[in-house]
Amino acid sequence: MSDVTETESLEPPIADTADNPVSGIDQTAGNFSYKMDYEFDAGTGLSEKTVRYISSVKKEAPWILEFRLNALKQFLAKPMPTHWATKDLENINFDKIRYYLSSGQKPKRTWDEVPDDIKKTFERLGIPEHERKFLAGVEAQFDSEAAYSNIKDIVSKQGVIFVNSTEGLREHPELFRKFFGKVIPTGDNKFSALNSAVFSGGSFIYVPKGVKVAQPLQAYFRINAENFGQFERTLIIADEGAEVVYMEGCTAPKFSTSTLHSAVVELVALKGAKIQYITVQNWANNVFNLVTKRGVAHEEAEIKWIDCNIGSRLTMKYPGVVLKGRKARGEVISIALANDGQHQDTGAKMIHAADETTSNIVAKSISVGQGRSTYRGVVHIPKHLKGCKNNTECDALLISPNSRTDTYPAITVRGDRNSVQHEASVSKVSEEQIFYMQQRGLTEGQAMSLSVNGFINDLARQFPMEYSVELKRLIDLEMEGSVG
Amino acid sequence: MSQLEIKDLHVSIGEKQIVKGLSLTVRSGEVHAIMGPNGTGKSTLAKAVAGHPSFTITSGDVLLDGKSILVMQPDERARAGLFLAFQYPSEIPGVSIANFLRAAVQARLGEGEELDATAYYKRLYSKMDMLQIDRKFTSRAINDGFSGGEKKRCEILQMAMLEPKFALMDETDSGLDIDALRIVADGVNALRSTNLGVLMITHYQRLLSYIVPDHVHVMWDGRIVKSGDKSLALELEAKGYDWVKNELVPA
Repeated sequence: MSDVTETESLEPPIADTADNPVSGIDQTAGNFSYKMDYEFDAGTGLSEKTVRYISSVKKEAPWILEFRLNALKQFLAKPMPTHWATKDLENINFDKIRYYLSSGQKPKRTWDEVPDDIKKTFERLGIPEHERKFLAGVEAQFDSEAAYSNIKDIVSKQGVIFVNSTEGLREHPELFRKFFGKVIPTGDNKFSALNSAVFSGGSFIYVPKGVKVAQPLQAYFRINAENFGQFERTLIIADEGAEVVYMEGCTAPKFSTSTLHSAVVELVALKGAKIQYITVQNWANNVFNLVTKRGVAHEEAEIKWIDCNIGSRLTMKYPGVVLKGRKARGEVISIALANDGQHQDTGAKMIHAADETTSNIVAKSISVGQGRSTYRGVVHIPKHLKGCKNNTECDALLISPNSRTDTYPAITVRGDRNSVQHEASVSKVSEEQIFYMQQRGLTEGQAMSLSVNGFINDLARQFPMEYSVELKRLIDLEMEGSVG
Repeated sequence: MSQLEIKDLHVSIGEKQIVKGLSLTVRSGEVHAIMGPNGTGKSTLAKAVAGHPSFTITSGDVLLDGKSILVMQPDERARAGLFLAFQYPSEIPGVSIANFLRAAVQARLGEGEELDATAYYKRLYSKMDMLQIDRKFTSRAINDGFSGGEKKRCEILQMAMLEPKFALMDETDSGLDIDALRIVADGVNALRSTNLGVLMITHYQRLLSYIVPDHVHVMWDGRIVKSGDKSLALELEAKGYDWVKNELVPA
């Protein structure tokens, strides 16, 4: 069905990927693509026709088409948020993007059934090994649709649902509809509206009452086609007392033109539930990565976002938690690395809406060369609440004299029965530090990457082992390349 | 048997000349002390030999076993066997001593060679035992919040692990109380061997009561003005630096 072509000949030998403990985050391993003949292709540009096409290909219920068409209107009506965000957004050409590509198969449940080319992609990135080793389930998305989806028997017997969003809408409509678009309304921002109009793929997870999923569930997002926009939609519901860890990794090959990734992720943690959502993104440096992520934590529930942003041309992402029930807890741990030509505009939002809710934000950013990192944080505690706490720390590390970092914290805490703490720091890797490490025999690049790893060490330790090892490796790669 | 040869070295910072024609040869097994008042160029000498980018060598040469090291990067010099014990060691937040040393040891291995972690820790612990350093010490971030004494012990531990051919010890005694000084000196003495040459830079004689040098050089205004054996240090202590200024420096 297709020819295999390499976009560049620089990719490492296959043997290398076997050492790669977690898929989806090693750009050197990810820099290849296959020529595909897509059975379903919405063409380029965005119109009502595009939306109708996507909906009909997916054989959706009428209410979903309505939802999409309404979203398209909102998307078109909303201006680009350049009054506060970077003007680089204006360089996205929505008419040149392909909004839906799929080969039309249903996701396969076993590796053997996955079409060879797609299988090769994921095997090169190490998916099957990880699944065997430490995952409770995997969902692998290739362009618009899931190509492979599997959940371990033991987990599905507990009643856990882990499917792609297309299947979730089809087979669990009541559950889906109850929460879908409720955490992040269509009109939340221009890109959530865009996603709502053209979304495809992403995960739908439901963990029943009291079920604690022992191993993480993982989704893997792969952009294969040039000029393609990936718009996955993820909804995770942890019922009362349930616990789940979800991890996602993303890559795309380096194309000469820019690519758009605009996801919406909604989390619902019902009473006493815990959701941990871990992202390690390593997009090629021409991807616009504009993602809206938010969770609602009910009484005594806990939502924790761990978010690592490496690569992309522009990332704008501010995971948030709405602390809706008494004693709910929210946490965002964020690491961003901006290398030459990249802008990581990241942060967190904590909306306190009940008494005794607590939130914690720790954001660390690293700017290398001409790289730019921006922190934006919102903490909102209204006057009528009591016993709420927020702690915010944001630290920036500048590697080169012309690196740039900006911090925009917006903390609104009213009333005198709540407490808030905010600390921010900017540090530089000094010439003395580099010399000290070089004097011990490390090259300049090794010295830089060691100081960067040291800078994020306290956060990286909170990651699952496999991810922290991979994160370190990835930082090493970025830093090695940054020393001239 | 190795040899570190400093030949007619001239070093400047920006336009300012600091070291003005200094020659000195250290062989394996020897301990040399350079003494002199503040601002005479002792630390500049040590850092310039190690390759610090702020210092420019305007003329002269530094040879390690007959080969000039001036074209080498600081890390290449380090891997060739040169160690600088810093007067003010840098803090590297978040990087534990154990991990840092591991990276430094790994950097000395050949391409594709992997460090044997078990053997590494075994060796690390035996060095720590020798230097009477608590096991918990190496899980702390390098120099981060360390006392003066801890910083210097950390330097000595690194020196023990990296087994250099030559150690340049820059004011190792500064900022130490007498107990810390004794511990650090014991460490250096434990590392003295026929395989190691030491160039110790100090302002005070007191360090030399603990680490007894084979050769003593007095430095003044960027040059060595007098060399001798350990008795020179005592003479200097008795007569003070005014003696150097008035009698040793050619007018």
